[in-house]
Amino acid sequence: MHIDLRTVSIKPLRQTFDHVARRIGEGKAASRYQEGTLDLQATANFHYRPTWDPAHEIFDVSRTALRMADWYAFKDPRQFYYGTYTITRGRQQETAEANFDFVDTRGLADMLEPELRTAATRLLVPLRHVAWGANMNNAAICAYAYGTAITQPCIYHAMDQLGIAQYLTRAGLLLGDLDALDEGRRAWLEDEAWQGLRRYVEDSFVVQDPIELYVAQNVALDGLLYPLVYLTTVDDVFASRGGSAVALLTSFMSEWFQETRKWVDATLKTAAGESADNKALLEHWSTHWRDRAASALRPVARIGLGEAADEMLADALGQFNARLAKAGLTV
Amino acid sequence: MDMHAPKKKLGLKEKYQVMTRGLDWEPSYQKKEDIYPYATYEGIKIHDWDKWEDPFRLTMDAYWKYQAEKERKLYAIIDAYAQSNGHLNVTDARYLNTVKLFLTGVSPLEYMAHRGFAHVGRQFPGAGPRVACLMQSLDEIRHAQTQIHALSNYNKHYNGLHEFRHMHDRVWYLSVPKSFFDDAITAGPFEFMIAIGFSFEYVLTNLLFVPFVSGAAYNGDMGTMTFGFSAQSDEARHMTLGLEVIKFILEQDPDNLPIVQRWIDKWTWRGYRVLTLVAMMMDYMLPKRTMSWKEAWEVYFEENGGALFKDLARYGIKIPKCAETIALEKDHLSHQAWGTFYNYGAAAAFHTWVPEKDEMDWLAAKYPDSFDKYYRPRLEYWREQAAQGKRFYNKTLPMLCQTCQIPMLFTEPGDPTKICYREVDYKGGKYHFCSDHCKEIFEHEPEKYVQSWLPVHQIYQGNCFPEGTDPTAEGFDPLAAVLQYYHLEFGRDNLDFEGSEDQKNFETWRGQATKNV
Ligand SMILES: [Fe+2]
Ligand SMILES: [Fe+2]
Repeated sequence: MHIDLRTVSIKPLRQTFDHVARRIGEGKAASRYQEGTLDLQATANFHYRPTWDPAHEIFDVSRTALRMADWYAFKDPRQFYYGTYTITRGRQQETAEANFDFVDTRGLADMLEPELRTAATRLLVPLRHVAWGANMNNAAICAYAYGTAITQPCIYHAMDQLGIAQYLTRAGLLLGDLDALDEGRRAWLEDEAWQGLRRYVEDSFVVQDPIELYVAQNVALDGLLYPLVYLTTVDDVFASRGGSAVALLTSFMSEWFQETRKWVDATLKTAAGESADNKALLEHWSTHWRDRAASALRPVARIGLGEAADEMLADALGQFNARLAKAGLTV
Repeated sequence: MDMHAPKKKLGLKEKYQVMTRGLDWEPSYQKKEDIYPYATYEGIKIHDWDKWEDPFRLTMDAYWKYQAEKERKLYAIIDAYAQSNGHLNVTDARYLNTVKLFLTGVSPLEYMAHRGFAHVGRQFPGAGPRVACLMQSLDEIRHAQTQIHALSNYNKHYNGLHEFRHMHDRVWYLSVPKSFFDDAITAGPFEFMIAIGFSFEYVLTNLLFVPFVSGAAYNGDMGTMTFGFSAQSDEARHMTLGLEVIKFILEQDPDNLPIVQRWIDKWTWRGYRVLTLVAMMMDYMLPKRTMSWKEAWEVYFEENGGALFKDLARYGIKIPKCAETIALEKDHLSHQAWGTFYNYGAAAAFHTWVPEKDEMDWLAAKYPDSFDKYYRPRLEYWREQAAQGKRFYNKTLPMLCQTCQIPMLFTEPGDPTKICYREVDYKGGKYHFCSDHCKEIFEHEPEKYVQSWLPVHQIYQGNCFPEGTDPTAEGFDPLAAVLQYYHLEFGRDNLDFEGSEDQKNFETWRGQATKNV
């Protein structure tokens, strides 16, 4: 049935759902981010305890040592809900696709200086395993942290990391071929240079506290790895040596890091601002994992940067500390 | 330019493999059983995760691209529908109550599916199923949000939707879907996949989503229809995942068969009991009906499901034994459920009513063996009573089944005149059940089901009153206090459709929109 309706203006009974109105104020229109996020997770009257974790409720604030009076104090500055998330990534993948296409059809990989091509392959291909680890860790944070405000961006982050692992795989196939992937895996499993990082990633898999895991993965490891590898090594050093083609293949990662760090910073700032205890806890976790990440990344950085690696790593550490200071953490 | 040997060409399957499971590796710094601690306690034996066949091959870039396109279209329609007051196009305002049932009962489960698939998508030791599960986790938050966004405009204009999240965790009948999903997510990862991925997404999904979506289409609800259709291609992926999971598990080890069979039996029944709400929606709440519950069961379970179980017979899987009981109930389920809600209409967050004469005739035609004999007389009696100003509301509290949490409203299989009761003594307590199947589920895992947060028990224990309530105060009205705890607005969200604010507003607004002033 379809009736022709005249446009009439109807006074609505309410502007949004009551649980949203209680947070944003009565009579205010809510955004789609707010309606799709606020209080979406169940908090009460769980029927059974998980058979896989009987010490906790299905969703349980005590899985982490971080204490929040309100887990919806966290805000994603990007205001991502599924729709805006996929539309944003949909646009970025178009650019990435065009970049890969550009490098491929013009044979730009073959025009790279062989030494640079080898360095890029050796550096980037094993990182697909690191991104895969980040995918697993963010899935864990999404599953075991508390409240949609923080868990929602983690599923996006998890799938972003899978996408990054896949872009790195394609980059490997373009710079080399299937053998390059095998060689990258071998290096990841055996070469001394990668063992510190692999140990870091495997150790992160058994971290039980979801917020500590957040710090280990999203704050410390990615906070050093992305600036060092993508922003410094690829975008600056490789590009200045005629390797802009490589930068085209990783432009998604550079852009992604600049975007996602805003969310990570906002999360830290909110958590640290909550209490002195939280601040101390986050400082403890950040320092611990930062130091481990730095020493794990040192030999990896040398693959792309050679002797300059130490200096660049020191720079990255300085920037990392300054970034955390802005979020209210002294590390 | 240096010449490279021609590159090895990768087939589609191989390419997808290097993009997914090729990313994984055998850990050596941590033990596998510490990284995947929940993989073995259910007794399922997996010898070779590499035998997993990817049910679909979608890399993230392609996923973003397709899904972004779908989201653009979907939100354009949702916006246009809201701007043009499309809600005034629904058949009549009674229809809105199906939307209320959906948002309060189903959408929160989509969210639970999102978290549940994130959990199992982290925990399976196989990389192939992990990727597929995580993609489903991402889809499920989409479903929760698109439903909320599409129904948001209804909430602005009608009652019963405003506290869907709060109500889902508290209201008596919503503990039926809630406990269903809590049960699945608290089970081990393999059982979760059989419960949700297979039994729910594959076997029963057509009985949940098709009735709502086609019901929406028949009743002029473009908003619901659009998100339903938009979710279809996601559902197709979820169904292939559910099927692959079960085949994979069964092919891995013969010892898995009895465990899987028990799960299929359990989850078909658990899911079916939740569908009680859908049955009554189809037969009583849609002003313009699509098909009867009985017909839907026959087409989607007996025919389609029958073919599926025939296909699974080569693994030794048998059709769940509860199918026989369900066949005996199909003439009665919706009528008994609606009768219960009509009775407890003061404590429900949607409106109830007695069907019109032509609607009763439709029911009689669809249910020739049961409607006129058992159900029409009492509906007509209720109508007469209401006409005399004596609309009946039951103020007592019903006894609930310990497993499915539905009030004891079902009759003995084969005898529609006698209520079915079963009970079990366990560790000094007495537990009540609606059926043999719910009883068996309890007996297999009593330590789990003694934990059930049964709304009626909780009310008796004083746990369902607003904070600071004094139940010993003079004139204390327990029902009013419970409704406050539910955030259910007396006189707006509940009671009969006749005389409701929804009815009046819809009439006024549609009048303004269709008549020249
Ligand atoms: Fe869904
Ligand atoms: Fe039951």
